[in-house]
Amino acid sequence: MSTEASETLDVKGQNCPMPVIKTKGAFEDLPAGETLEVVSTDSGSMSDIGGWAESTDGAELIAQEEATEGGEDVYKHYVRKAE
Amino acid sequence: MSTDTPAGSGDAFTPEEIAELQSRVDELERDLADLRAETADGPKKMVIVATKGTLDMAYPPLILASTAAAFGYDVTVFHTFWGLEILHEENSKDLKLSAVGNPNMPVPNAIAALPGMDRMTTRMMRNKIADNDVASIDELIEISLESGVDLQACQMTIDLLGYDEADFYDGVTTGVGAASAFQEMVEADIQLLV
Repeated sequence: MSTEASETLDVKGQNCPMPVIKTKGAFEDLPAGETLEVVSTDSGSMSDIGGWAESTDGAELIAQEEATEGGEDVYKHYVRKAE
Repeated sequence: MSTDTPAGSGDAFTPEEIAELQSRVDELERDLADLRAETADGPKKMVIVATKGTLDMAYPPLILASTAAAFGYDVTVFHTFWGLEILHEENSKDLKLSAVGNPNMPVPNAIAALPGMDRMTTRMMRNKIADNDVASIDELIEISLESGVDLQACQMTIDLLGYDEADFYDGVTTGVGAASAFQEMVEADIQLLV
């Protein structure tokens, strides 16, 4: 499935529990059928956002990626909202 | 062939027996529907009782509460005794950490007990918190309240410590006691004492 996101949430520089809480807020505002991209620098967000998506109705974790941008590790999450 | 059938009952049930069984089935179905309605009633609940007011112990209840709210839980945090300091608008910005009695600290107790040591330990912890991008206590309180977490301040300890309702963050619930906390715990899926 494509990781084309219609919205991006930048939570770089924020630590647990903020990435999950901000993700939940952005997901609520996301139109159905759209995908939210979350960009974090918190390595714990891989497990946290994965777990959150798993136990949240209507949230589907499409992909999680690790990358290095500007010398820092970033963790990207793609969560789709069910139609 | 069964030998323990009561004498005279024959193979068929009498109309009275059938009516009795039918009413018993109806009754059980009603009970089951009630139970289903009860268990499916609204979101899951978590109650945390926060009793500690040091800088390190202020974090776990707020982090868990705001996280559970993001998972769709109804969350109540009942703050009592030193836990009240977390909700006290002024004191919450000045929570302290002591190295005394904490064997994980790199300072022997005899030195940790010297005047000024708590201030130093607290400053070191605050710097670590800031360096690691960990949210401040008042940020976590704000985000918890925004997420619908019910932050409660125990009335008995408000009175005991000589605080006033106005001392607490806007949105904090006051005028609650052990009975209301207990009632919420009875209904909750998760109960924690911190």
